[in-house]
Amino acid sequence: MEKGRKELKVAALKNGTVIDHIPSEKLFKVISILGLENCSTQVTFGYNLDSKRIGKKAIVKVADKYLSQEEVNKIAFLAPKAKINIIKGYEVTEKMELELPDTFIGVLKCKNPKCITNNEPMQTKFHTIDKEKAIFKCHYCERISESENIEIIR
Amino acid sequence: MANKSLVSITDYSKEKILQILNKAAEFEKNPNQPLLQGKVVATLFFEPSTRTRLSFETAVNRLGGRVIGFSDASTTSGTKGETLKDTIIMVSNYADLIVMRNPIEGAARYAAEVAKVPIINAGDGANQHPTQTMLDLYSIKKTQGKLENLKICMVGDLKYGRTIHSLIMAMSHFNPTFTFIAPDELKLPEEYKMFCKENNIAFTEHDELTEEAISDADILYMTRVQKERFTDLYEYEKVKDVYTLRNKLLENTKPNMRILHPLPRVNEIDYDVDNNEKAYYFEQARNGVFARQAIICDLLGL
Repeated sequence: MEKGRKELKVAALKNGTVIDHIPSEKLFKVISILGLENCSTQVTFGYNLDSKRIGKKAIVKVADKYLSQEEVNKIAFLAPKAKINIIKGYEVTEKMELELPDTFIGVLKCKNPKCITNNEPMQTKFHTIDKEKAIFKCHYCERISESENIEIIR
Repeated sequence: MANKSLVSITDYSKEKILQILNKAAEFEKNPNQPLLQGKVVATLFFEPSTRTRLSFETAVNRLGGRVIGFSDASTTSGTKGETLKDTIIMVSNYADLIVMRNPIEGAARYAAEVAKVPIINAGDGANQHPTQTMLDLYSIKKTQGKLENLKICMVGDLKYGRTIHSLIMAMSHFNPTFTFIAPDELKLPEEYKMFCKENNIAFTEHDELTEEAISDADILYMTRVQKERFTDLYEYEKVKDVYTLRNKLLENTKPNMRILHPLPRVNEIDYDVDNNEKAYYFEQARNGVFARQAIICDLLGL
């Protein structure tokens, strides 16, 4: 019964994408990078839900939207422990485990003000050098940073 | 990468490093070889560096090539808002090889991606300066007769010193033992200590330049402790004299030990050391010409 009541907290989805197990503090960033404020289909989100795995979690359900690989990569960067479910006809048709890609092109912004990517109209490029610890290296200035010290370009 | 370039010392394998050092030794025996006849090399110095620019231009001249370029970014179209990309593509039309110094970090990597000719990074801000590392390696090999199993003591600004970081990476091929001597503010960053641990390179750390700390060193690599690196100038005043190398400190060092310094030297090596036979920094700078001759010829397939 407990489980049934919990599921009711967020409305069921006919077709679309569910992003679950987002750390609560990352929810608004996830909404922002997916551009959901401009989304015309139904969007439901839950905030500060109890999670045994991550404490307080958030969940986002977007009707009739499926994520591009780039969007998936951005979520992997922001919330590597999130789970993405693809829903078709009220059924979960695909569960995606997130994995950081080897390289991010044009996705992340280098925080080094002296980096060429902040001084020239060009694409940024980062290499993931440690997927477990989420450590990245700027391809150009070669600075090594943790994800907290890198921003996503929208 | 569209073409062969030298941007970072990690672009070179151990084999490549040794091959270039052998080539450099040949140029030292016979520096004037007309291998670059009919070739034009551009030296684009977006910030001044007298030593590096003259060393490159000497290398090209001794190889019989011609040099174009500038040594002051204020005379370039960059001041009109031209992007680095456009400048590099333009110069690629004129020259067979581009040597670039730029205060912007990553500028050389980007230039190598857009240029049609090889790029040599002559320093990109605090990031890389691989030809300095090659001349350091050449100087170490020349003075010690080998690169393997040496005790290398590094002193001064180990935090921001790019020559230090690159030399650690390059020496990692040759089973070194490191001694790092730096004040707290300028200690070697954690990532390089991790790098040493991952590669089973033994190292010790000290916060004072003492006779004991340098007594078993084969190479004493000095760097400048820059006042502007300190947030607390009181701290700078405390450490600046502690990191000055004087003849007296050298009395019990090994006979084969040599002192290197990327120069310019300010007050971290006392002038009384200059006449010590262990002082090698000026010859080290001279070796730069041979190392650069070897690197230029390698990139042009000569």
